[in-house]
Amino acid sequence: MDKALVTVAGFGLIAGIYWFFFGKKEEAMEASVNLSVSVEGGYKPSTIRVKKDQPVTLIFTRKDPNSCLEEIMFPDYKIKKYLPMNTPVTITLPPPHKTSGFHCSMNMFHGRIEVIL
Amino acid sequence: MRATFPIVGMHCASCAMLIERHLRSTPGVEAVQVNYGAENATVDYDPKVSTTDSIGKAVASLGYRAILEAKKDTSVMTKKTPEELKDEAKIAELADLKRKVIVSSILSFFIVLGSFPEWFGRFFSFLPFYELITKNYVLLALASPIQSWAGWSFYQATWSGLKNRAASMDTLIAIGTSAAYGFSVLNTFFSSYISSLGITTAMYYDTAAVIITLILLGRYLEAKAKSHTSDAIKKLLGLEAKTARVIRNGKEIDIPITEVKLGDIIRVRPGEKIPVDGVITEGASTIDESMVTGESIPVDKKQGDPVIGATINKTGTFLFTATKVGSETMLAQIVKMVSEAQSSRAPIQRLADVVSGYFVPIVLMLAVATFVVWYVVGSPAGGFATAFTNMIAVLIIACPCALGLATPTAIIVGTGRGAEHGILVKDAEALEIAHKTSIAVFDKTGTLTRGEPKVTNFAFMDNLKDISANLKWPIPDGMKIKDFIHGIIASIEKQSEHPLAHAVAVYLSDAPEATVSAFSAVEGFGVKGTVWELPVVIGSKKLMEKEHVMRCAELDRRAEDWSAEGKTLAYVGIDSKNVALISLADTLKNEARDTVTALKRMGVSVWMLTGDNEKTARSVAKQADIENIMANVLPQEKAEKVSSLKSPNLPNHPNQSPVVAFIGDGINDAPALASADIGIAMGTGTDVAIESAGITLLNKNLTSVISAIKLSRATLSVIKQNLFWAFGYNVILIPIAMGILYPVTGWLLNPALAAFAMAASSISVVGNSLRLKTIRIT
Repeated sequence: MDKALVTVAGFGLIAGIYWFFFGKKEEAMEASVNLSVSVEGGYKPSTIRVKKDQPVTLIFTRKDPNSCLEEIMFPDYKIKKYLPMNTPVTITLPPPHKTSGFHCSMNMFHGRIEVIL
Repeated sequence: MRATFPIVGMHCASCAMLIERHLRSTPGVEAVQVNYGAENATVDYDPKVSTTDSIGKAVASLGYRAILEAKKDTSVMTKKTPEELKDEAKIAELADLKRKVIVSSILSFFIVLGSFPEWFGRFFSFLPFYELITKNYVLLALASPIQSWAGWSFYQATWSGLKNRAASMDTLIAIGTSAAYGFSVLNTFFSSYISSLGITTAMYYDTAAVIITLILLGRYLEAKAKSHTSDAIKKLLGLEAKTARVIRNGKEIDIPITEVKLGDIIRVRPGEKIPVDGVITEGASTIDESMVTGESIPVDKKQGDPVIGATINKTGTFLFTATKVGSETMLAQIVKMVSEAQSSRAPIQRLADVVSGYFVPIVLMLAVATFVVWYVVGSPAGGFATAFTNMIAVLIIACPCALGLATPTAIIVGTGRGAEHGILVKDAEALEIAHKTSIAVFDKTGTLTRGEPKVTNFAFMDNLKDISANLKWPIPDGMKIKDFIHGIIASIEKQSEHPLAHAVAVYLSDAPEATVSAFSAVEGFGVKGTVWELPVVIGSKKLMEKEHVMRCAELDRRAEDWSAEGKTLAYVGIDSKNVALISLADTLKNEARDTVTALKRMGVSVWMLTGDNEKTARSVAKQADIENIMANVLPQEKAEKVSSLKSPNLPNHPNQSPVVAFIGDGINDAPALASADIGIAMGTGTDVAIESAGITLLNKNLTSVISAIKLSRATLSVIKQNLFWAFGYNVILIPIAMGILYPVTGWLLNPALAAFAMAASSISVVGNSLRLKTIRIT
């Protein structure tokens, strides 16, 4: 009986983990000229929509002491910046933009740049 | 005085208005602009009335925080650079980790002693408190500081991640150790109740404590090692001179380098660092440029020559005009380029990127599955205790960090190592492709050759001595006829600005001087003039025919031979007689042949591409030991020719598309550099950012091409080892932690051992990347 219970609970937990981490909807925001991004357990918003040929300035403020998040990288723009705690850091992305990703130095937390017309 | 600084704590635009209003009423503040979007403020203030402190306090009085830092040596208010802030944070982080590792190690030592009295009781029973530390309540007291204080950062990171429905390495450690610690707490207080449920009671304080201690120790060592990966940038920044001796209003004054302006005249004495880039206006010297260009031999510089900031003046004193300052200097450009390359992504990293996006949640699911399977298997092999320890082992052994660190750390150390040798890599992709080079195409002029003609042969007519008496030339007493002719040629050629004339003048620099009159250049043919009242023409065969110069059969024979070697000829006609013949050629760089040989030894086919005719091209290629040439190539055709080599099924590369590297000068060869798989630009003066080149070599030494390929091969080899280790580690050890070997060997992985292996895996990846600092590439 207990084995059946553990099996059912285990599968339920696995399904829950799958839903929790892979079933989330990315929070997306459009950055017309500039946009503030909060760095706390990830990036908020994590999806940033930009116009293809317009430069965009992102202001990152890290509120999370996790050292994983202390650096942010935009490999397609060849930008890497250190994010001191509670200090806004400005990053300007030059156009033309293409859909690309950004992440922390350990590649654990991710965000996306999406191009809109 | 104006200062711009960030403000923390603003929630809306009205906060910005409130701060603006308040600062305007602060004594000494003349103008304020607070930007809510950028979360900063710009303040104009009178430094006699207002100070950094007073502005900071005014902002603080409203409940916000101004991030202001005053530099000790100046009254200028500036914020610290991100690098300074990063260094400070790193020092604090290391100190904190060290403290936690020491305290946790001591506590863990006693927890392990007390947890296994059956093993350690015999050896440590002499300790008066040994009995005490075997008690569950005491173990709880010893383990709690480790869990709640040393391990606090894992919880913090886990919580902020979970709020965002994201998970990291910390999530795995927090869940794994909390399960071990939490179950032990329950057992401490409710052991009889848990036993009554049929669950084996066991204590895991030692597991939780040792895991946290080992992981913190791993992080401490990893942070120390990681801080050395970017040493190259720090070293480059450290090269910059601090002050410059500038001449202003006729006086020499020492000023900070940041205050040097374009056009400033700067004096540099022997042994001093050249502060910024510029051009020598007075004096000459020998300059050691090795720290910037990687060129080990000091370079002679004279008036009109460019000098590079941060290089060292060896011998003379000179004045120069600053032409590039601040972020425009070559050093600043190098730092920018290296830093950009270190921030780029290597294509080889793609798989690791994809895996790390799913890694942690999948490990969490595997851990649950492990628990379920082992629980269901039941005793004697399975059951709760085995299921529980195996689940913790799976959570702890998984190491996404090693995957994340494998490629970037190697790229950072590799690009830094290249910069130390004057090899600037544009991005990680260029560094990755360079190692596959199978065809190297060299542009001839200025790349394989010096790019400036030199006199290679000089011949007089054969019977000059015999006829000299009949010539009735006004040869000064005591001067030999050959010196007389040398003097005439040198004096005429000095009047011309043509590179060939310059080469002849340099070759005859010791010849006696004479006065030249009626000098004129015959465009495209040569020069003419009058010296010692004798008409002189120097130039092509056509010019000789046009001027009716009597030819010399012996010299015509030599002309044929030299022309066959691809050399350029200059006939010398004095008094309508061809008395001498000069041949000139663009000579090969000394290291060209050795470089070609070394490339061939590395399995690379070498080609030469030139606009010269076939004959000249063959002659140069033969000297350089190059068999494959493309001659008569117009500048606009270079890119097309390079592309044609990329097609598969070339004789030496059956059934494969070769990877073609083009090595050119970076200015005229931009299309060819861009059309190659990897463009290598050579010795581009003070312009380091060659857009079309994947790799820029700051010195003109061809052996740097070998170094660049060796660097790429070494970096890629380290990346592959790192990825193999990181993937292999997780792919092999996660199933072992799940207990896959148990049915065959009876092995199960102890969670404490898993923690040790996990900590070791990250350190080994960073340590392997640091090896690139010591490999030989020259």
